[in-house]
Amino acid sequence: MTKPIGDYIEIISARSTDQEILKRSQDGGIVTAAYIYGLENGLLDGVIVADTTEGFKPMPKIAKTREDILSARGTKYSLSPNMSLVKDAVKEHALEKLGFVGTPCQVIAMKKMMQYPAAFRGTVNNIGLVIGIFCMENFPYNGMKTLIEEYAGVKMTDVLKTDIGKGKLFVYPKDGSEPIAIPIKETMPFEQKSCHVCMDYTSEYADFATGSVGSPDGWSTVIIRNKRGKDFIDKMIAAGKLETQPLDMESKFGFAMIEKLSTDKKTKNAKEIEHRIEMGLPVPY
Amino acid sequence: MSGCTGCLISFADTYEKLLDILSAVDLVYAITLADEVTKVTETEDKIVIERVYPDEVDIALVEGSICLDDHHAVELIKEVREKSKVVVALGSCAVTGGVTRFGRGGQNPQPTHTAFVPVAEVVKVDFALPGCPPSTDSIVKFVMAALEGDTDYLEMYAEFVKYTDASGENLIKQVISQGLCMGCGTCAAACQMRAVAMYDGKPDIRMEMCINCGSCVLQCPRIRMPKSKGLLEV
Repeated sequence: MTKPIGDYIEIISARSTDQEILKRSQDGGIVTAAYIYGLENGLLDGVIVADTTEGFKPMPKIAKTREDILSARGTKYSLSPNMSLVKDAVKEHALEKLGFVGTPCQVIAMKKMMQYPAAFRGTVNNIGLVIGIFCMENFPYNGMKTLIEEYAGVKMTDVLKTDIGKGKLFVYPKDGSEPIAIPIKETMPFEQKSCHVCMDYTSEYADFATGSVGSPDGWSTVIIRNKRGKDFIDKMIAAGKLETQPLDMESKFGFAMIEKLSTDKKTKNAKEIEHRIEMGLPVPY
Repeated sequence: MSGCTGCLISFADTYEKLLDILSAVDLVYAITLADEVTKVTETEDKIVIERVYPDEVDIALVEGSICLDDHHAVELIKEVREKSKVVVALGSCAVTGGVTRFGRGGQNPQPTHTAFVPVAEVVKVDFALPGCPPSTDSIVKFVMAALEGDTDYLEMYAEFVKYTDASGENLIKQVISQGLCMGCGTCAAACQMRAVAMYDGKPDIRMEMCINCGSCVLQCPRIRMPKSKGLLEV
C-alpha cells in the first residue's frame, strides 16, 4: 500500500517490433511478443492465453505455437479463468516452462498457488513466467454482452476487438466499420462487484506487468518487478523483439497517470472494503 | 490413522529434498519409513509386541482420520497429542475427514467401523495441510518453514485447522454468494475430482463429485490472500 504501483526494478515504455503483432494488439503487443519470443527461443514451452470463442466469449487456452498465440491476442474485458488450466498444462500437456498471463487477481492466485501448492503437485517448478496486466475492473460476460449489444448495437458475434482508452470503451465491428465508443461512466453498472475489493491495479506480484496507461499510443508501459522478469525483457530487447523508450516521467500522462489510477483504485476499493466490514461481510485478507 | 497412506507416499516422494528433511530432523516414528521402538511383553500364553510412541516429539505429522469405533486409534491420537509439541493434520482425511467421511460401515476387515472424524475433532491440532494428497512441494515447504520457525508462512495452515467441514460448498457460501469471486479458476485447477467447472467465468460446483478434500478452499485467493512477504520472488 505504501507504493502505489508496488515494488519494481525498472519501468519502461516498449512495443513489439513485429508488425503482424502490432496490427491487432491493443497497444505495444507486449504479452504476445513475449510469449512468441519465449516459445521460439525455448524459454517457454507452452503458454496460457485468453482466447475468444463464439460470441466474443473469453476462454482460456493452452497455446504452443505462434499461430495459437496470434489467434488469441487482444484485450477482452471479460472473465477468462486462466488459472483453471494451470494444472492441465503441466500435467496433461507436460509443459515444463509454462508462461502465464493474468489480471492482478489472477497473478495473486498464481503466486499463492506457488507459495502454498497443496493441490498442485509438481507444478511450481514448471512455471516459467508470470505476466500481469493492468486492470481497473472486469465485466462478467453477460454484462459485457448487454453493453455491446444494447448500448453499442453490435452483436457479440460481430465483434472484432474491444479496447479501453481515453475514458471510453471502443467496440470494433468485424465488418471494418468505425468503432463505437461507450463512455466508461456508462459501463460502470456492469462491472463485476468482486472487483471492488481488489487493491491491485498494476499486478504488483507479477514477474513483469504491462498495460497501456503511461505510454503514448501504440506503446505499452512495462513494469519489470523481479529478476526473472528483468532477464526475460532484457533478452527480448537484445534479440530486437522489443523497441523501448524511457517512460514519460514528466507529464501527467506518463508515470504520474499510472500512479494516479492506481491510487484511485486503491482509495475507492479501500472504502468498499471498509463498507463491507461495517456491514459484517467478509473481505479477502 | 484411517487413510490410504497416500500422504506418506507424497511425503516420501520428495526425493533429494527428503534427504534435506531427514538430515534436519530425527525421524522417531514413521511406520513405513523407519523402524519403530517396540515394547515386548511376555506372558504365560502369549507374547505381545506393541509399537511405542516416543516421548517429547517436536512435530507429529498425522495422516488419516480418526476412527471413533477403534479405541486403539482414539488412544493413540490422544497419546500423540500429549507427547508432541506440535500436531499437524497432514492431508485431507486428517484435516476434514476427506473420503473417509463417506464411510458408513460394512467394509472388511472392520465392518463395524462407521465413525471417521477429522483429527481436530478429537484433539487440538496446530496446523492443517489439506490435499488429497498434499503435494510433495507443499509438504517440503511446510516442513522447512516449521524447522525455520517461519510463523508468517505457517499462519495459513494454522488457520485452516478450523475448516474441518471444508468442501466445494465453501466456495459457494464463503466466496460466490458473498460477492467475492472474481473468476480466476484456481479452484477448478485445484480440484482433482474435476467437481469444479468454470462457466461464464465463475465456478460451478458439482457437489456429488466433491470428496470434501478442502483443496479448493485452501487455494482460493478470495478466502485468504497470501502473505505479500516473498510473494514477488516465489
